[in-house]
Amino acid sequence: MIEIPYNVKPRQETGLYNAKLGIWLFLASEVMLFGGLFSAYVLLRVGSPVWPPGGEAQLNIPLATINTFNLILSSWTIVKSWIALKENDFKGFKTYMGITLLCSLIFLVIKYFEYSAKLHHGIFPSTDNFYGIYFTLTGLHGLHVIGGLIVNFYLWGPGKKMWKSEPERFTNRVEVSGLYWHFVDLVWIFLFPTLYLL
Amino acid sequence: MSSQNLEHHKSIYLKVLLALFVLTVLTVAVSFFDFGSITLAILIGLTIAFIKGFLVAGNFMHLLDEVKPIYWLLALTVVFFFVLFFMPMLWEMNLVTVE
Repeated sequence: MIEIPYNVKPRQETGLYNAKLGIWLFLASEVMLFGGLFSAYVLLRVGSPVWPPGGEAQLNIPLATINTFNLILSSWTIVKSWIALKENDFKGFKTYMGITLLCSLIFLVIKYFEYSAKLHHGIFPSTDNFYGIYFTLTGLHGLHVIGGLIVNFYLWGPGKKMWKSEPERFTNRVEVSGLYWHFVDLVWIFLFPTLYLL
Repeated sequence: MSSQNLEHHKSIYLKVLLALFVLTVLTVAVSFFDFGSITLAILIGLTIAFIKGFLVAGNFMHLLDEVKPIYWLLALTVVFFFVLFFMPMLWEMNLVTVE
C-alpha cells in the first residue's frame, strides 16, 4: 500500500503537513461564509431607520456573557490539551479535552434556553430583520459548535487509540481540531458585541 | 513548532486567557456607558473585539509564529473578504451597476 506523504511531517517547501494546510484552507472558506452574513447584517442595519426594527431587542446579555467566558475558557483548554500531548502527557490531554467538551455542552445548553425563551415569547426569525439575522448567525455558529463537539468527542473517545500507534499524527489531529475550535471562538467574539451589545 | 517556541507559547497562554476575560468584562461594561453617539459606541465595542480576536488568532492559533504560506493564504482571504463585505454597500450606493 502506498503511504500518503506529509500526513505527519511537514512538507519542506511549505513547512506544513497536509491536515494543517487543509484546515487553514477550510477556515479561509469559513471566513467568507461568516463574512457574507456579517455583510448582510451591516446592510440590514444601515438600511433600517431604527435598529432593531421592533425596538429594543429581547436578548439575554448575562447568559451570552457567560457563554463568552465559556468559549474563551474552552479555547484555552483545547490548546492546553495539545500542549499536553506534545509533552507526552496523555492524562493531561484527556482532562483538558474533557473540559473543552464540557464547555461546548454548556454553551449549547445555554443557547437552548435562550432560543426556547424567544420562541416561547413568540419571537421567530420571521419577526423582523434583526431576529432574522440573529437566528441565522447564532444558528450557524451553533451548528459549528455541534460540529466541533462531535470531532473533539471522537478525539477524546474512540479516536484516542491512534495515540498508541501514531502519536505524532494524533497530536497533529488535535492541533487541527484546536485551530477549528479557536475559529469558532473567534466568530463568537465578534457575534457577542455585534448582536447583544451594540 | 520547535521546543523553544513551545516553551514560549506555554508561558503566555494563561496571560492571554486572563487578558481575554478582562476584555470581555470591558466589552460588557462599555456597552452600558453612554458615549453620546452610537457610531462611537460601535467603534469602541468593535475595537475591543478586534483586540480579543488578535489575541486568539495570534497566540492560541499561533499566527504570530506561523509559516509564510499561511500568511499568504490569509492575506488573500482578507482581500476577498473586503470585496465580499463592501460589494453590497457599493451596490446600495449605486457605485456598482448592472447594464
